[in-house]
Amino acid sequence: MLQKRVIPCLDVTGGRVVKGTNFINLRDAGDPVELAAFYDREGADELIFLDITASSDGRKTTLDMVYRTAGEVFIPYTVGGGIRSLEDIRAILSAGADKVTINTAAVQNPGLVAEAAGRFGSQCIVVAIDARQSGPESWEVYIHGGRTPTGIDAVGWARQVEALGAGEIMLTSMDRDGTKDGYDIPLTRAIVRALNIPVIASGGVGNLKHIAEGLTEGEADAALAASIFHFGEYSIKETKDYLRSIGVPVRI
Amino acid sequence: MIAIIDYGMGNLRSVYKGFEKVGVKAAVVSDPSQVDQADGVVLPGVGAFADAMANLRAAGMVEVILQAIKEGKPFLGICLGQQLLFDASEEWGYTQGLGIFPGQVRRLPEGLKVPHMGWNQIEIARPDPLLDGIPDRSSFYFVHSYAVEPVDAEITLTLTEYGVHFASIVGKNKVYGIQFHPEKSSALGLKILENFGRVVKTC
Repeated sequence: MLQKRVIPCLDVTGGRVVKGTNFINLRDAGDPVELAAFYDREGADELIFLDITASSDGRKTTLDMVYRTAGEVFIPYTVGGGIRSLEDIRAILSAGADKVTINTAAVQNPGLVAEAAGRFGSQCIVVAIDARQSGPESWEVYIHGGRTPTGIDAVGWARQVEALGAGEIMLTSMDRDGTKDGYDIPLTRAIVRALNIPVIASGGVGNLKHIAEGLTEGEADAALAASIFHFGEYSIKETKDYLRSIGVPVRI
Repeated sequence: MIAIIDYGMGNLRSVYKGFEKVGVKAAVVSDPSQVDQADGVVLPGVGAFADAMANLRAAGMVEVILQAIKEGKPFLGICLGQQLLFDASEEWGYTQGLGIFPGQVRRLPEGLKVPHMGWNQIEIARPDPLLDGIPDRSSFYFVHSYAVEPVDAEITLTLTEYGVHFASIVGKNKVYGIQFHPEKSSALGLKILENFGRVVKTC
């Protein structure tokens, strides 16, 4: 049986993890590669690195990080943030990443999704959608890290990028991100039901019940969380034990 | 030394790094003569079946692969590399494969999300040195839209359920094909690479 995935997300800049970490058993908890290897050992199913650096110098550091990760991490890992071109995608994949996420660039140039899927395969093209509620049962796509509204309907956009060849959707509720109130379940479910590709729920996790809700009521294929793992509130193992105990199929 | 064949179908760095992690000597090779000299051969691959066959032909790899298998060298096809071991694939029409194992490569059934992406379990159908230390029902990382249908049921070492039961690992006479990605399947995936390294060593 296909299992639900638990995915820690690491925000990085200049080759360092942005948010603080509480793991005293790591030599350097600010090193994304070491942290990633720790999550692999703990039982994470995948990892996402979100590069919040804008400068081109910073991108080189990120590529170096992606390259080093391939020697230490033996689960799939995805890199996102600031990816604008086929060349950016090629560089990240050849450094060793399994997938990339495209967000703003996909909205500004939907053809990039089709070209990237055609060139590298749908399986490595994840479209990240940042959405905010705009009415009852309707959500609007935001770009530039959630700062710029686009007027685009999130469900329609998700359908469009699936048709263009996206292999997966990483869906973040901007209303919930950072709140610890749980995922936006109606949004997650609406996107999942509109598509035939996997959806990663993101934004708002404060406890394990939230993760479970995203995977059950939200019907997502994977649950992404950041702070609850980084600050050591919950371990991956605790998360999976809990999910299994309530009947959610996960890899232990 | 194990030769990991580079024929322009996906990134081979993680496969190489996986072997390195478990102390098995391997090298990424793009020259057919290096396959000839190797003690074992790995054929990875991500992408389209027809492109892969065309690239293997263009690289002069088809003959050396067939020769290596004929000589009884341990061989491991991963993901698309597993599918290429079969007679033919129905991906984008009909494309002939390497024909080591009788059988076809078919699209996964309708009604489920395709690609089949994520961690899924194996059911061990037949014990094999490749599976030493791998518990039944262990999970591994899959990403694929097509799966193999062996004619000869006894080559199926493990089955995996996704709408249908498909052969997730096949093997006969030290020629193996794995649908999932051992190099992306954490500790148990690395264990399989280590086991293949041992099969090569004891050969």
